[in-house]
Amino acid sequence: MDNVIKNIIGKDISLAELFDENRAAIESHSSSVLNSLRDEAFDAFQELGIPSNKVENYKYTNLQPLFSGDFTFSLKPETLTENLEDIFSCDVDTLDSITIYLVNGWYYTRNNPGVLPKGLVIGSMAQMAKENPDLIEKYYGTRAPHLSDGAVAFNTMFAQDGFFVHVPKGVAVERPIQIVNILMSEDALMTTQRNLVVMEDNSEARIMVCDHTLTTGKFVMNSVTEGYVGKDARLDLYNLQNQHNATTQVAGFYFEQHENSHLATNNLTLHAGVARNNIELKLAGSHAEGHAYGLYLLDKNQHVDNFSYIDHAVPDCFSDELFKGVLDDHSTGAFTGKIMVRPDAQKTNAYQSNNNLLLTNDAKMNTKPQLEIYADDVKCSHGATVGQIDEDAMFYLRTRGINKEEATILLMYAFAYEVIEKIKVEPLREQIRTLVEKRFRGELDKCHSCVVCGQKGTDVTCL
Amino acid sequence: MATEQDKILEEVTKGEYKYGFYTDIEMDMLPKGLSEEVIKEISKRKGEPEFMLEYRLEAYRNWLKMETPDWAHLNIPEIDFQDIIYYAAPKSKPKLDSMDDVDPELKATFDKLGIPLEEQKQLAGVAVDAVMDSVSVKTTFRETLAEKGIIFCSISDAIKEYPDLVKKHLGSVVPPNDNYFAALNSAVFSDGSFVYIPKGVRSPVELSTYFRINAMNTGQFERTLIVAEDDSYVSYLEGCTAPQRDENQLHAAIVEIVAMERAEVKYSTVQNWYPGDKDGKGGIYNFVTKRGLCKGDYSKISWTQVETGSAITWKYPSCVLMGDHSSGEFYSVALTNNHQQADTGTKMIHLGKNTKSLVVSKGISAGKSQNSYRGLVKVSKRAENARNFSQCDSLLMGDKCGAHTFPYLEINNNSAKVEHEATTSKIGEDQIFYCNQRGIDTESAVGLIVNGYVKEVINQLPMEFAVEAQKLLEISLEGSVG
Repeated sequence: MDNVIKNIIGKDISLAELFDENRAAIESHSSSVLNSLRDEAFDAFQELGIPSNKVENYKYTNLQPLFSGDFTFSLKPETLTENLEDIFSCDVDTLDSITIYLVNGWYYTRNNPGVLPKGLVIGSMAQMAKENPDLIEKYYGTRAPHLSDGAVAFNTMFAQDGFFVHVPKGVAVERPIQIVNILMSEDALMTTQRNLVVMEDNSEARIMVCDHTLTTGKFVMNSVTEGYVGKDARLDLYNLQNQHNATTQVAGFYFEQHENSHLATNNLTLHAGVARNNIELKLAGSHAEGHAYGLYLLDKNQHVDNFSYIDHAVPDCFSDELFKGVLDDHSTGAFTGKIMVRPDAQKTNAYQSNNNLLLTNDAKMNTKPQLEIYADDVKCSHGATVGQIDEDAMFYLRTRGINKEEATILLMYAFAYEVIEKIKVEPLREQIRTLVEKRFRGELDKCHSCVVCGQKGTDVTCL
Repeated sequence: MATEQDKILEEVTKGEYKYGFYTDIEMDMLPKGLSEEVIKEISKRKGEPEFMLEYRLEAYRNWLKMETPDWAHLNIPEIDFQDIIYYAAPKSKPKLDSMDDVDPELKATFDKLGIPLEEQKQLAGVAVDAVMDSVSVKTTFRETLAEKGIIFCSISDAIKEYPDLVKKHLGSVVPPNDNYFAALNSAVFSDGSFVYIPKGVRSPVELSTYFRINAMNTGQFERTLIVAEDDSYVSYLEGCTAPQRDENQLHAAIVEIVAMERAEVKYSTVQNWYPGDKDGKGGIYNFVTKRGLCKGDYSKISWTQVETGSAITWKYPSCVLMGDHSSGEFYSVALTNNHQQADTGTKMIHLGKNTKSLVVSKGISAGKSQNSYRGLVKVSKRAENARNFSQCDSLLMGDKCGAHTFPYLEINNNSAKVEHEATTSKIGEDQIFYCNQRGIDTESAVGLIVNGYVKEVINQLPMEFAVEAQKLLEISLEGSVG
């Protein structure tokens, strides 16, 4: 089952062999907490391998070929000579945020997030695991399924660094926390990133994770974010993906929620080569609310697969899912929404919706909304649609003298806006709104903030 | 309120199988087990031409290479395929001239099932090809149908009498290597029905077959083939009941339908095989492959099923919409109780232009049962203007059962319009309250609501069948309906 990587670091080697060879070095640089799961993960990975489309949960995204080929593998922290702030600046310029950077999955050493609110910890996973192993140990590996999912097993066995956010009891972080993931490398690069977000009881935060590529080479990024949202805590998590076409991103978000907690995730895929998002919310305390939203705008040969799994483990919880996509050119999309209502999880309310617009005859969409229900006093519904722009709406606009192009843009924009309006951080919402509108107008043909998008005829430079 | 309701639900849902009886007829059967010899023997005893034996053997060799499918949301105990009798025929030879010659016990069985095989059936306007285990026993109406050129006979007869037609269409919709159970069926199928409607003919009556699993330890492997030529129409009814038994019985049938230009085939099923007792002991394993091919333009195939029986149901009546403007429909009520498991649904494969499909599925779970809808809507790249609407509703009665939905939508054409909706709910207390308020007691209210819930599907059934379907729901939910 193991995935053969050809010519990784100049020689034929499989990922499992690569790990075996470098294991001693990886373990000596990591804390015992991160090392504790490597054995299990390694065993599981040898059995599972990188998921192919034979695995039901990866039916529409075959990761195997994407994880093979010529790659260097990032086993050590990046040493940057130039200052990151000089070569990269955020698009959302009006945003007053606490910002940190990660380069190729490693915490950027010259990060300066400024003065943090009392008690808030933002830092490197590697460092925190050494300094405060007890805290990390309590959560590490508890949510992400490293025994059953090959991609997570892969991540867990190579896990060294990533970001760590800890919001202590009763602390409300006013400013949004912005985490910028940057991929830059001279050669094709494969890397992993392991993150942890801990929201203690009654805390509040908004986190934006922005993924960018700064160089034109091929990238494979496998990231896993585990999260814990305590009693009465509130977290809004935005993942903004803006990567060039030669990027493969497998991003897993695995969260557990406790009583009366509120969590909203929003996966905004504006640009990606191949993106696979795993969003798993476990509602483990009564009256917890989980929201999962997503918007994907695809063109060229891009592929985005959103896999969500909402687990209603206890009674009286609420979940809401909305994923919308606009697919142009030869792009392909996939969506899986699984809602599980465990036995005795009575009074569950779960809603799910997936709507897709296909703009060309070559675009493809596969959607799989699933309900698995073991309790009887529940209200669950899901709906999925794939289609074109509504003819009646188009007719209405045309009768008001709006030309076809403009009407199409208006309707697509209205379609996407339903997800955009869920964004609670206003400058971000404004920025996304503008980006989406520009995108539909064709003014922003390709990725907005990467050096070159990897496509012929476009050379939009980083803004 | 809730406890009283639970009590009624419990009472209503613990009814036992009413059609459990066993007919004692001497059987001519092969020993247990499956091998190439057994297949050769089956083919020999049935006096089949060479091509059929080849067909069977090829299917058997394919089957040997396959693995039991485990993707369904079912818990299937391991089946020992060598512990099954693959051929059993009633010894009293079925070549009878009149009703009087029919084995009286057999006749009584059908009477108990309420099949009017006698002359009144003629008045009722239904022709019956009754399958008792494996060999067709009695065929009525054959002459009337023959006048119109309609062929309605057992598949064994068809193989002998119309080898060209059978050779042309058998396996054209469900190839022998299609799936594990289809391969098994193709290798060992014992009997079934064959229907051929010639060009421009509308079948004057509804054709109906009652299947009945009888002798102990006999897996029944029916094979049904329906061919509707251009501009023809036929409505086919299939109904099943089986005697109460403790040992699990395997049932792996295949139904193939071919509809040519402007032809319309309506296939209705009421399935009430023995579901096992209240503790989940016994019951039929129902692993069926049903598929219709809308081959010609403007053709139409419609599946309607009411599934109340079987310990395990694994069944996906599907439509391949190949002709332009063709359409497929699927209406289903699946009711599971006690320890029953059902994984059922449909596949709508849109290949032609302007094709339409409609899926209405209503699941009802009670007791400790698990009920899943699994469906695929696929729009291929060349299927311009395909249209699909799917609705899958689940109703849960009790907190120990499960209701699941696994729809797959694969869309490769931008002119497609595909919608899927699913809801899961229980009978609302407010609904019951509303009925109580108007003097309807809780039990009747539950019946009323369930009845209303499935009406959309029941309405699709032909009249007599609709009555029977309601009766079955009644038995399965014991008097709560109506």
